[in-house]
Amino acid sequence: MNVVLAKTETAHASSDILAVARDRLPGAGKIADLRRQAFDAYARLGLPHRRIEDWKYTDLRMLMRDVLPLAAAPDAAALKHAATALKLHAIPGVRRVVLVDGVFAPSLSETSDLGKDVGIRTLRDVLEAGDAALHAQLFAPENSDAMVALNSAMMTDGFVIEVADGAVIPLPLHIVHIASGAAPAAMFTRSLIRLGMHARATLVESYIGAEGAKAYQVHDSLLVAIGDGARLDHVRLTEDSREAFNISSAVVTLGANAHFNTFGMNTGSLVSRYQAVIVVAGEGSRVETNGVNLLNGRQHADTTLFLDHAVPNCSSNEIFRAVLDDRGHSVFQGRIIVRPKAQKTAAKMMTRALLLSDEAEADNKPELEIFADDVTCGHGATTGALDESLLFYLRARGLSEKEAQALLIQAFVGEAIESIVNDDLRELAIAAAQRWLEARG
Amino acid sequence: MSLLEVKNLQVRVEEREILHGLSLTVNPGEVHAIMGPNGSGKSTLSHVIAGKPGYEVTGGEILFKGEDLLEMSPDQRSAKGVFLAFQYPVEIPGVATMTFLRTALNAQRKARGESEFSTPDFLKKVRSVAASLNIPQDMLRRGVNVGFSGGEKKRNEILQMALFEPSLCILDEMDSGLDIDALRVAADGVNALRSPDRAMVVITHYQRLLNYIVPDFVHVMSKGRVVKSGGKELALELEASGYTQFDDAA
Repeated sequence: MNVVLAKTETAHASSDILAVARDRLPGAGKIADLRRQAFDAYARLGLPHRRIEDWKYTDLRMLMRDVLPLAAAPDAAALKHAATALKLHAIPGVRRVVLVDGVFAPSLSETSDLGKDVGIRTLRDVLEAGDAALHAQLFAPENSDAMVALNSAMMTDGFVIEVADGAVIPLPLHIVHIASGAAPAAMFTRSLIRLGMHARATLVESYIGAEGAKAYQVHDSLLVAIGDGARLDHVRLTEDSREAFNISSAVVTLGANAHFNTFGMNTGSLVSRYQAVIVVAGEGSRVETNGVNLLNGRQHADTTLFLDHAVPNCSSNEIFRAVLDDRGHSVFQGRIIVRPKAQKTAAKMMTRALLLSDEAEADNKPELEIFADDVTCGHGATTGALDESLLFYLRARGLSEKEAQALLIQAFVGEAIESIVNDDLRELAIAAAQRWLEARG
Repeated sequence: MSLLEVKNLQVRVEEREILHGLSLTVNPGEVHAIMGPNGSGKSTLSHVIAGKPGYEVTGGEILFKGEDLLEMSPDQRSAKGVFLAFQYPVEIPGVATMTFLRTALNAQRKARGESEFSTPDFLKKVRSVAASLNIPQDMLRRGVNVGFSGGEKKRNEILQMALFEPSLCILDEMDSGLDIDALRVAADGVNALRSPDRAMVVITHYQRLLNYIVPDFVHVMSKGRVVKSGGKELALELEASGYTQFDDAA
């Protein structure tokens, strides 16, 4: 009885959000209909809760309670706050597109000299123009997951990035999400990146909050299509405010002989969930997913990956590390499915958690579903504290307790960070980890 | 003033008393050997001096340069000039040896209020010391002790000793697990560090090591006490007669 009540309340509260925001959401006609369908699906499902297996450890009804109203478009003051926050996180020399409170901010972006091989349009422009095929792609994710459905219904802005066949883009493209902190509100964004055949590009996503930004909500999704022979390197750094929510979904599809290397690190947010579906749809492809959660206080971070091996001769390798202090709670759910035709698949998953406090919690849920008989698949999970004998050795060599811990933590997350190919981006991730370590004091 | 004064030290591990009133005085420039059978408390003494957790000092005191060593954290002791060469140096995957050496050296210097080493000076120093110990450059790029042989691990300890320039070196069973050639290289490294300002306490089970590192004083430990002290000739006596003669004395 309680369940039904809770559901009704959520659905009720949320329908107000769409109604209030409708005039500000781009796209009419067919798009408005698709939004309506998605929203109805969300309203039916309500916020995910622990009795939904995929959300078992991240009960949004408990943790988030409700979805906040759509954030106002940023005014001059908001943009100024965002510009200040951007300084710490901007990567010198790279092309950058910035979303402030979920709205494209041209004044903070840098897209000069992109060349003819890269096309970038805002989601708003694309939804307001008449490209039906592209619209279909943007609405491709199913409405079966409540948070994806909510994002489909409410998406306000984002980017559609297209990289031409054969184009090799040497500099990373950086999408920066900034919450200006004007008022507690929600932002809904979606981006799509499509790499043509044999193209090569690097995408970085940063999530940050301006000073004073507190309990805001980020609802984001990323759609990735990697063409035959193409390669995408992807780095995702979540450094949101310590009271913020970040609910992000990704759907990645690889063609044949394609390569996807992705790294995610989470040091911010009160509650975050990153759920990615990676479909290996073409033969000879390779996926490397690496992730790090560095959490303390009452932070909760959930990484849920679903790797779908549909065809033969592909490989995937997942490395995940969590470092948890205080009452930090890290969740890693790794599901790998190897379908009957996907012979010669090599799939590996290794997740390790380091607990710095008795009250920290790490939940690891590996799920391997293997329907082919000629495959190499394996997974492992460990949880433990810092090794006392290593700590003593370092302290006997002059390192303070915090310095010794910091060095061992850096080594622990190092294996995952090492997977980042681009030197500058690896340094960026190391710097984010160091900021977390320094904040520990 | 003596460099190290251990006075009537009593130490427990869990509920068991391991050291029952041990005393030892070490002056700058001296090399002391501590010998004794397994379980006599030799390693416990080295661990307590270095500040390893898990030992409860129930009586006595340890003064280092006149200061109460037991009040200091392990890192403070290190910055003051205490160095323990571990019997079993640990492996630290993911921390490059060079990074570790630099972090440690600068942490000690910072604690003493000294400036940090510049990169070129540091590299120059490490390279020259490493070369004298037959430590190849690629070992310095690897994780600390990861995949090192027993001899390489011990040489890495001596490399640190040479870099950190401590005033008291405690060598805990430096000969364990070393063949004769590795032992000679390690001992040469130690001998090169002997100086009038630096004292060494060499803990060993066998007399063999003392052929290479010749001590000024030899102490025999049995059942948690020093039961006999003498010059280097005492080690030879022990080699001939064994430790059993001290069982009753203890």
